[in-house]
Amino acid sequence: MDKSKIPQGRLISPPVLDRTAPPGARRAFLRGLAGASAALAGGAAAAGFTPGEPLPVPDSMKRLGKPVAAQPYSQPSPHEANVIRRQSPGLTRTNESSIAFTPLQNLFGIITPNGLHFERDHAGVPDLDPHQHLLALHGLVARPKRYTMEDILRMPSVSRVHFLECGANTGMEWGNAAVPTVQFTHGMLSCAEYTGVLLSTLLEDVGFDAKRARFLLAEGADGAALTRTIPLAMALEDAMIVYGQNGEMLRPENGYPLRLFVPGVQGVSSVKWLRRIEVGDQPWHTREETLHYSDLMPDGKSRQFTWIQEAKSVITSPSGGMTLLDKGGYYEITGLAWSGRGSIKRVDVSVDGGRSWKTATLQNPVMRKALTRFRFDWVWDGSPALLQSRCIDDTGYVQPSIKQLREVRGTRSIYHNNAVQTWQVLASGEVRNVQV
Amino acid sequence: MYRSSAWLAALLVCSSPALAATPWQSLGAPLTDREISSWDIDVRPDGQGLPPGKGSVEEGQAIYDAQCASCHGVFGESNDYIALTGGIGTLTSETPQRTVASKLDYATTLWDYINRAMPFTHAKVLGVNEVYAVTAYVLNLAEILPMDATLDEKTLPLVEMPNRKGYTQAHGFMTVDGKPDVQAKACMQDCAAEVTVTSELPAGFTEEMYGDIRTHFRGLAGMTTLPAASAKPPAETLAKSPAELAATHGCLTCHGVDQAIVGPAFTAIAERYADTPDAGTVLAAKVRAGGSGVWGSAMMPAQTSIPDETLAEVLAWLLAGARAK
Repeated sequence: MDKSKIPQGRLISPPVLDRTAPPGARRAFLRGLAGASAALAGGAAAAGFTPGEPLPVPDSMKRLGKPVAAQPYSQPSPHEANVIRRQSPGLTRTNESSIAFTPLQNLFGIITPNGLHFERDHAGVPDLDPHQHLLALHGLVARPKRYTMEDILRMPSVSRVHFLECGANTGMEWGNAAVPTVQFTHGMLSCAEYTGVLLSTLLEDVGFDAKRARFLLAEGADGAALTRTIPLAMALEDAMIVYGQNGEMLRPENGYPLRLFVPGVQGVSSVKWLRRIEVGDQPWHTREETLHYSDLMPDGKSRQFTWIQEAKSVITSPSGGMTLLDKGGYYEITGLAWSGRGSIKRVDVSVDGGRSWKTATLQNPVMRKALTRFRFDWVWDGSPALLQSRCIDDTGYVQPSIKQLREVRGTRSIYHNNAVQTWQVLASGEVRNVQV
Repeated sequence: MYRSSAWLAALLVCSSPALAATPWQSLGAPLTDREISSWDIDVRPDGQGLPPGKGSVEEGQAIYDAQCASCHGVFGESNDYIALTGGIGTLTSETPQRTVASKLDYATTLWDYINRAMPFTHAKVLGVNEVYAVTAYVLNLAEILPMDATLDEKTLPLVEMPNRKGYTQAHGFMTVDGKPDVQAKACMQDCAAEVTVTSELPAGFTEEMYGDIRTHFRGLAGMTTLPAASAKPPAETLAKSPAELAATHGCLTCHGVDQAIVGPAFTAIAERYADTPDAGTVLAAKVRAGGSGVWGSAMMPAQTSIPDETLAEVLAWLLAGARAK
């Protein structure tokens, strides 16, 4: 990277001491302040003022702004143009059966804005008219029924915050470090408040055959008519049919007007554009649970129906592709943790590649099967560092290293890579994706 | 009396869904068998869901060549999309080939997917017999069925796929309380003697594949800072129409486009100055100085904040009739 092209002007975080820093770090931190003041002067020039001189009154205070509702549906500030979903170059052959990754490196808190929710389609995004859309529920039920969207919107509803993660998230990293930023290593991950009807409510409504029913088939109204087998136990526990996402209707690319949502389970099970649910007594072995979304083990056998997303965490800042310009400066290490088996109990952070760990602070609320934000104060002393996070969920399960995963599963399984992620900080400040 | 109340009780039991019903049971409508059969397209490994029909390898070839070969290759070998053939026996190797032939456990899955989702760009154009025929042809290309084979709803479930026993459900991912296969420990101190970087991206890889990675970050991150040019918003006059500029600079607070508010309508000003030479300059001076008397006694304040070029653009638009642009 051509460092000469990086202007030195930038915001400096307020000086906060690392309460967990080892002895000596404080001195290094104070030494760093000199550099920070120099950088602050540069920042002032870029911001158009001279320290000590009267600060300019901005033009924005001398005129009217835009009228209210200048945009009836608001867009982000044009200054945020870099914060967008992206495809990973060379990953898929078509743009219709493809993936757009969430820019985790730029997001705050745990809720993914609807326009940045990750997107995985198998035959493009259909345009569905909610007035025409029907959901059929049949199979081993006493009263097969069809519902209009009006029917569904009138039924008793729930709103719940959950993460959604593609089973193949981090799949490119099984064999080696493969992509540069957290958007591509972990960006098939989003979290939203989903509103809809519990699937158990619908199953009771049609009188499912509790003696014989074991599985459900969910089918989408897209070109792929995507189908997945859902176990009845999960359907009854907390699965929902969802129409709302973060207070508004689902976006078309997330299943408008109706999708299935199976919390804690790999994303492909949460079938979008849901049109049909069939209750049965055997799994269907659809394409998306045989040819794909099955985990190939070293002995050549594929694990089938690998529904659960195990506990996983990742540091989103500092992360790959960033450059730390402030040697001796304070950096908040922050990231996300989640578990398909429950809630996050603890997150530990290491800055030395896993030799030693300290416990991070969890941001409330900590919810079941939802993203949890963690934070950790760090003063970078300017020497190379290896940043890692490791989570523990409320079952006591500890997020494993890539080495531990490979010992059991090899490197060819594509799905369910929940390994500890390592970001290498070079002395130059460059942050890179590596494996240790 | 006894008889009639028994009758009433019987009627209640028979007709009232309330016994097992939910208060929202009136929502939705019964789904008839005919409606179900029009939508219920799924097929299970045991053949449940397969419609009656048949198709031969020979019949399948013509359909395949016309509809499928462009993506999957003449012999089903192209991995540009999904390879249909080849790879049998490679799943234990270092370079496993996951093809339809090598990976599927049941041929019913192939039939089901062709029927529901193929061809990719215009799904569901094939008739039932055509789906049987294409399935037979693909399985023949994969050397699973002979040249003279014909498939129907009875024979398709009997096809033995090479990977029939290649799946396992002996793992902890099927239930929320399943046992994880990897048990890590949360060591806190002296967890490793030394740490070595075992994998990193090749030099130049990121730039070549992703371009300038700094553009993937908010310029305000305090970590990476973008070149100033790419973070700068577009110039005001490029971003806004003259009407929007007039609104931004407060003109429309007192002037309507078509009607007077405190001051005259823009269209009225355009009419009055239609024959004035150099009207733009004259009006610019009036806007800058403010004043009253031309249209009435209401005082127009001097406007000093609007930039010269913006004022010129707004006045040119006004004098041209202030039409929406």
